[in-house]
Amino acid sequence: MNSMMSIGNLHVRFATPFGSLEAVRSVDLEIPAGASVGIVGESGSGKTVACRAAMGLLSGSNVQRDGTVVFDGKELTAMTREEVRNEFGTGMAMIFQDPMTALNPVRRIGTQLSESLRLRLGMDKKAALARSAELLSLVRIPDPEAMLKKFPYQLSGGMRQRVMIAIAISCNPKLLFADEPTTALDVTVQAQILQLLSELRRDLKMSMVLITHDLGVVANHTDFVAVMYAGEVVEQATTAELFANMKMPYTQALLNSIPNIEMKSGERLQVIEGRLPNPVDRPKGCGFVTRCSYAQQKCHDEHPPLLDAGNGHLYRCWYPLGHTIARKP
Amino acid sequence: MAGSGVAHMRNNDEVVLEVRDLVVEFKAGGGRVVNAVSKISFDVCRGETLAIVGESGCGKTTLGKAVLQLPPPNSGDVIFEGTNLSKLPKEQLRSARTAMQMVFQDPISSLDPRMMVRDLIEEPLWVWERGSEEERAVKVRELLNNVGLDPELVLNRRSYEFSGGQCQRISIARSLALEPRMLICDEPVSALDVSIQAQILNLLQDMKDRYGLTMIFISHDLAVVKAVSNRIMVMYLGKICEVGSPDVIYSKPAHHYTSALINSVPIPDPTRKRTTVPLQGEPPSPVAPPSGCRFRTRCPAATEKCAAEEPQLREVSPGQFVACHHPRS
Repeated sequence: MNSMMSIGNLHVRFATPFGSLEAVRSVDLEIPAGASVGIVGESGSGKTVACRAAMGLLSGSNVQRDGTVVFDGKELTAMTREEVRNEFGTGMAMIFQDPMTALNPVRRIGTQLSESLRLRLGMDKKAALARSAELLSLVRIPDPEAMLKKFPYQLSGGMRQRVMIAIAISCNPKLLFADEPTTALDVTVQAQILQLLSELRRDLKMSMVLITHDLGVVANHTDFVAVMYAGEVVEQATTAELFANMKMPYTQALLNSIPNIEMKSGERLQVIEGRLPNPVDRPKGCGFVTRCSYAQQKCHDEHPPLLDAGNGHLYRCWYPLGHTIARKP
Repeated sequence: MAGSGVAHMRNNDEVVLEVRDLVVEFKAGGGRVVNAVSKISFDVCRGETLAIVGESGCGKTTLGKAVLQLPPPNSGDVIFEGTNLSKLPKEQLRSARTAMQMVFQDPISSLDPRMMVRDLIEEPLWVWERGSEEERAVKVRELLNNVGLDPELVLNRRSYEFSGGQCQRISIARSLALEPRMLICDEPVSALDVSIQAQILNLLQDMKDRYGLTMIFISHDLAVVKAVSNRIMVMYLGKICEVGSPDVIYSKPAHHYTSALINSVPIPDPTRKRTTVPLQGEPPSPVAPPSGCRFRTRCPAATEKCAAEEPQLREVSPGQFVACHHPRS
């Protein structure tokens, strides 16, 4: 399989008043052409920062990015900002998490949608508006002509997210990043949007990166999954392999904390106690050690490397699940 | 679906809260009226958790607030422990309301960022002049301990220094300060990560047991309410669709809308694909709700009867009530 994006040894550090904060640590990620890759983790695990850094969206004197990002055969990390910017829209595009704030509140949907068409594809105003209407019907918005004249406040959250998707796919990007596209939405609308994204990916032959904190969302909409914790990839495999042979206690805990529709009423949910380690002062061993029910002395002392189970299933744990080790009561 | 009726009312001695024919309407300008809650009746028994479930805009939050007379409903009665709140003079209502508290959806914006945690939690106590200053200080510490926060670490900090999950713990401590007998939780976990969500849901269960609370739990996610509720009421566009125990509702949903909601919950298992299509479209505007059954415009089983006649709640199996002309069997 051809590679659409290849991220190698990516580090992102932010200078803060409390010291250097390493939000992303040594992340390697391969996004094959045409595939859908899920990045899963809690708030603060570095999943959004990793993707923004890969796209080159982070800037400022307090940001330091190291590593290589190769997109569609071009090394983004060696390009100037202007050159990277030319990849936006036609090469890569992003759907942001919050559809309520990602659209400009004082400009009409048609203007916002045709902006990139005119800028990137050089369409004139009339052609851009006509194409905008087509895009709106592509994302299943009823009466697209009327929608062009509306303002974002007139739309529901689900409709705004459809408009965001229409903007993102307007210049036929090869790679689409979707950053928690359904977190702000109702379950019924979430199901619609996820199905829409899967269909668009198939029809437009895009690759997709789906960022989420919900393993339930990646299960049916991705081919590969990378689980992030405290800035690192801690487990990575094909989606089927990950769910069938989970190695990381963290992934297991994340899965168990999802309220299950099949659980009995009154049954207690399993929780991951504690919180992510302080990113400015990380423990020297495994980042999950204080919250892990399988932790041993070695986990406190030594940082686990990323190991390969043999079939491309990577994990970062000294005592993976299935290993004979007694769980602490 | 979505009909009226009182067949599900229990009228026994255990009923703490009884709501009858509650109507909440908002003026929308131009003589139009938003029908947020249309003639809803329900009751809650002592120690029970009633879950109110529905999509955004179905009126579930308005209903929860109307119970507290925030704002007072246009018509209908709210009878709490034998007192009709809708008929009380203002001062008596204020005093009666100390027994009912609310936990709001957004934990960060529902706390005053300028107040220290100690003041946030003490505020209800000094407003109602409960205890001496020393007694209040002891009470604040006890509340913080009960919600799993270390008083020494949090007392003198402000809400912006905390994560969403911690803010929700503070909100819960604050709502319990006056030792209410009823707690209304409005989407208390929908702004939180899955892992934190489980912690807060378990905390609410613990608090319910410790303080002997009766709860109303408002949510759009059927998977979340499964674990916490004794009774579920599904709402659509200001009307009740179905009422019943969680086990019955999940195993044999009689309403087509309930079944669609259940089918929208993502299953964290890639080997099990959803066969049903997600619910299409969005709810119609509450300014001009459809005639007859309000769900008919999106219902797969709708017939002419559904447009002509509004379905009434009726018992389809013991303890399961549905407002539908063509219930699923």
